[in-house]
Amino acid sequence: MIIHHPLLGPRDSAEFTYLGDANLIDRPDWQDKKAADKFYEYQYLRNNPAGEHQELWYHEAGDRSWLVVTRNTVTHEITKVELARDVARARGRSK
Amino acid sequence: MRVTGKNSGRYSGLRVIKEALTGHRGWKPAWRDPEPQKEYDIIIVGGGGHGLATAHYLASKFNITSVAVIEKGWIGGGNVGRNTTIIRSNYLLDGNEPFYEFSLKLWEGLEQDVNYNAMVSQRGILNLIHTDGQRDAYRRRGNAMLLNGADAELLSAEQVRAECPFLNFDNNRFPIKGGLAQRRGGTVRHDAVAWGYARSADSFGVDIIQNCEATGFRIKNGKCSGVETSKGFIGAKKVGVAVAGNSGKVMSMAGMRLPIESHVLQAFVSEGLKPIIPGVVTFGAGHFYVSQSDKGGLVFGGDIDGYNSYAQRGNLPVVEDVCEGGMALMPMIGRARLLRMWGGIMDMSMDGSPIIDKTGIEGLYFNGGWCYGGFKATPGSGWVFAHLLANDEPHQTATELRFDRFQRGYMIDEKGSGAQPNLH
Repeated sequence: MIIHHPLLGPRDSAEFTYLGDANLIDRPDWQDKKAADKFYEYQYLRNNPAGEHQELWYHEAGDRSWLVVTRNTVTHEITKVELARDVARARGRSK
Repeated sequence: MRVTGKNSGRYSGLRVIKEALTGHRGWKPAWRDPEPQKEYDIIIVGGGGHGLATAHYLASKFNITSVAVIEKGWIGGGNVGRNTTIIRSNYLLDGNEPFYEFSLKLWEGLEQDVNYNAMVSQRGILNLIHTDGQRDAYRRRGNAMLLNGADAELLSAEQVRAECPFLNFDNNRFPIKGGLAQRRGGTVRHDAVAWGYARSADSFGVDIIQNCEATGFRIKNGKCSGVETSKGFIGAKKVGVAVAGNSGKVMSMAGMRLPIESHVLQAFVSEGLKPIIPGVVTFGAGHFYVSQSDKGGLVFGGDIDGYNSYAQRGNLPVVEDVCEGGMALMPMIGRARLLRMWGGIMDMSMDGSPIIDKTGIEGLYFNGGWCYGGFKATPGSGWVFAHLLANDEPHQTATELRFDRFQRGYMIDEKGSGAQPNLH
């Protein structure tokens, strides 16, 4: 698979390591009353769809950036690649 | 009651001779092709190894014969037909080892039980040791196996050399310093497992319904009363789902999210060669395992690709990685040509161990999360799942294989790599 890195252009997926579902960006608030349940769901449960999937890839053998890749799990076709930083900020994260 | 091989007659050596002398006109289809009834006591979703084994044990050990197995394609066309056929019970942890040893014991009596030649071959499995630390770890694992009634044998480098002289013993980076052998491990003709269980289950009256895809569950007030399928609604008192690889997809129809990701694992077969590899050999310094089929092909594999996939095909970096592992372990493999390769979809769970449990929905039961160890577990999984479906209580070897272990903090993590499915 070729991942079109937003800064570096087309890169072989072998340069990356894979973390998983991009929902891992949305870490729950540890002060929430239901924090234990929310962290359980955050850490262990997955949607695991057959089809379009947003996921985190880390450019370990490159610029060490985290990317959010939108990829089809049935065809392996990649339709969108964003910097995870931008996605997190768009979801309201400050850092 | 069972009429042994009701449809196809009992198989035996004598029968083969008789049929040979009479023009093979006596062979009949090994199972019926029934239309679904309106309702069953139990529906098994998934006509793979685990689902068919579950049906067989439900009928033969728990006397429940109002059972249907529904399968979206043809039986045995999923992972039971796409694996590397290895059986073993060389696990470390208490939550796993009793179960896998139970399964291995069932393999040993499988062919007599189902009256079908599954070519169970206990040719042994050998895990190689490359460092002193690894020897300590394997010694501990071997002791854990012995404590659970399995067999294990720690071999020196000389003993390994006597059995597998073709290995690369003096590799500077990965010298071979010994091995952990399980002599009762080996290989099985994987398709025959599905066919044997199907034929046996059918002979007890179980309906095996192919080309019948589950499209939804009928759930009302937290209770499941049947399955919507491509052949219409089928009612059931209990529904057991055994669709590993597709668990995430199927259970989402019941509104469930699972501690599972689906990943692709590739497997490879070389051209046919003369007998060179005595059993199953696994490389301890990389991820590579190899055995030789009875037709002579080297059957081997390694790591999963490492990203979510339902595609049944992988990518080239892993092909390269697996072949490099093979070359490091046994350089002679470089002369063999690759005949074919394929991918299978694994339920990779959050701790690398399976789940056989009730769900939060009454009447809906789950069997999955097999990672890439589902084939060896087939008989045990079937028996244990049948036990759960019949008695609503987990079998004594599966008391730890539950959904809630993640929330309670009782993971069964053989590798200790945490909630990162692609590392298990």
